Amino acid sequence: MTAVFLGIPTAPAGVGNLRGDRSFPDAARDALRDGQLRANLGHATTTIRGKRAGVVAEVPDWAELREAGRAIKAATMARLDEHLIALEEQVTARGGTVHWARDATEANQIVTALVQATGATEVVKVKSMATQEIGLNEALEAAGIEALETDLAELIVQLGEDKPSHILVPAIHKNRAEIREIFARTIPGVDPHLTDDPRKLAMAAREHLRERFLRARVAVSGANFAVAETGTLAVVESEGNGRMCLTLPQTLITVMGIEKLVPTWRDLEVFLQLLPRSSTGERMNPYTSLWAGITPGDGPQDFHLVLLDNGRTAVLADEVGREALHCIRCSACLNVCPVYERTGGHAYGSVYPGPIGAVLSPQLTGVEDNASLPYASSLCGACYDVCPVAIDIPSILVHLRAEHVEAQTRTTPEAAAFRALSKVMSHPRLWRLAQRAAGLGRFLARGRPTLPAALPPPASAWTRTRDLPTPPAKTFTQQWAEEHGS
Amino acid sequence: MRVALFATCLVDTMVPQVAHATATLLQRLGHEVIVPAGQSCCGQMHVNTGYRREAVPIVANHVRAFAGAEAIVAPSGSCVASIHHQQAAVARRAGEHALADEAEALAGRTYELSQFLVDVLGVTDVGAYYPHRVTYHPTCHSLRLLRVGDRPLQLLRAVRGLDLVELPGAESCCGFGGTFAVKNADTSTAMLTDKMANVLATHAEVCTAGDSSCLLHIGGGLSRLRSGTRTVHLAEILASTEENSVQNGASAPSGTAIVPGRVDL
Repeated sequence: MTAVFLGIPTAPAGVGNLRGDRSFPDAARDALRDGQLRANLGHATTTIRGKRAGVVAEVPDWAELREAGRAIKAATMARLDEHLIALEEQVTARGGTVHWARDATEANQIVTALVQATGATEVVKVKSMATQEIGLNEALEAAGIEALETDLAELIVQLGEDKPSHILVPAIHKNRAEIREIFARTIPGVDPHLTDDPRKLAMAAREHLRERFLRARVAVSGANFAVAETGTLAVVESEGNGRMCLTLPQTLITVMGIEKLVPTWRDLEVFLQLLPRSSTGERMNPYTSLWAGITPGDGPQDFHLVLLDNGRTAVLADEVGREALHCIRCSACLNVCPVYERTGGHAYGSVYPGPIGAVLSPQLTGVEDNASLPYASSLCGACYDVCPVAIDIPSILVHLRAEHVEAQTRTTPEAAAFRALSKVMSHPRLWRLAQRAAGLGRFLARGRPTLPAALPPPASAWTRTRDLPTPPAKTFTQQWAEEHGS
Repeated sequence: MRVALFATCLVDTMVPQVAHATATLLQRLGHEVIVPAGQSCCGQMHVNTGYRREAVPIVANHVRAFAGAEAIVAPSGSCVASIHHQQAAVARRAGEHALADEAEALAGRTYELSQFLVDVLGVTDVGAYYPHRVTYHPTCHSLRLLRVGDRPLQLLRAVRGLDLVELPGAESCCGFGGTFAVKNADTSTAMLTDKMANVLATHAEVCTAGDSSCLLHIGGGLSRLRSGTRTVHLAEILASTEENSVQNGASAPSGTAIVPGRVDL
């Protein structure tokens, strides 16, 4: 790619949750064997796919809304620097403080210092992908500060000492029997007769959280949107836990990726229609909280906005890949992805799983740190079809595969094979010879209609589970030329 | 009309009967079929595996081979989608603007078989006869990149003797995905298993589609399980008549007919 972009930092290693410790195929192999996981995911994604399809179909101008969402995001990204400065001015003018964090390490330091300045040793958290991305909970814990997740699914993951596996439903990989077990084991003083009735489980969580909401002095949130012209932050949610965190404590710290802003208040009109229908499959989410700076005597009196880069500027520099920054974290692409549906989110290693994760994570970290993710897709295109802001995920996946291939300094056996094949396929005479050589594969079949299942790699990766037909004695073009002349 | 047939590298090498069927069908409909001898591949496998630079000479070869063709037809949604969506882009990225322009012009005259029949020739009843229970799998690229919609189904519904059964979960990917099937063989197999379960649930004798690549995958799985259900390309069904019936479809290794000319060892 263009040398001018070299040097824009990506998300640093050793902090945060953007890198897995295994390649995708390796992690997926184990996940695929987990029958309970497969059942939980299959049930959950099928349900939410159906709900989304229903509420999207009833919007007559969905295609126009989607195009508007795409266009607003593209225009915003083109002048992101100006909008960010405007946002800072507006937030500051309304009594908030804006902090700029280059990466996860800086963001964690800023938030930790802000919490320490209040003297608090615990914070309540609104579900936030940005803070999961930077590993804020771990950083706070290292500083002796306990971070309590208040979103129900995020709480389940935290209590189970697990990791989130979905952008919207972090505990999608757990069923209610498993959730009951986690609650029974980890919530102090929980009803010993707790059942797996969803209502009972929600009530147990509510009881556990209520007292913490009331005593919390500091809350940490992410943001779904920030409006540059008014300095307004927006959080959309279903449970009301967010509203508690955003209004009760004295201090509110919001960590937001720099790509989350929209220029004008009116832009929210588009996204507040696109997001709930695409994510939870609801016409409107139950709670939408909007705030700008501080309001004396009402809500938090100390507001900090941490603007997080952590590789985003590097993504913005890639003219193909930058579209990934348009993502509004609805997770519709996860729910329709045939790969995600079978492997679940943990196989992706990053907090951003599924199709959007496969294009976002490698760009944030640098593609070599997540090199298997761009290949974790059959390029079926279902993600592009459902994306509410029309991110062409398959094209970005293919682009990142090329970035990975072109980053190799040594010639891999695969590269050697593809280069040789390129030469052969661009010279018809060589191609005819190669086809004839492929036809020799029929000698391996010894007269049977299929080749033996035990072939050497890489053919074995196919023949382990699928038969390969015996090649014909003559190719089509060969026979055609014989019959028709050429 | 004079139609240039792009067999595609996979069909030409592995399932030639699909290209023969395409030619037979178009001739039966009264069109002249030519098979440009210089053809090889559209370049999709290279592009999708990350070798976009190496795809450029393949694109150049394709453009050379089909230069001057009035209309180009291929029995593959995926290859035609690559011609429409990828060829010019990889050429342009490599700075080959003249090639990109030629590829774009060529793409405008290149059609997937069902689109050519329904949209260009305006036929849905091609006079075919195929007395079998058949289910249709819409392949991802024909569905989502080319938007062929129900054109293949319109064609199948007009085939005499054919008992068309709806495939549950039809729009789910079969797990082929080109090199995905090898690089992520376990996930690919998990997807294939669900696709096969749906195919078998229809009790169809034949699973058809517009792409031999996907059929090679589904057929390879069905054959491994000795399911007895075979895969047959849409072109073979449409080419089949009372006089010239394709009894044992040949896209899949399930039937013995797939080794044309036997194996002379």
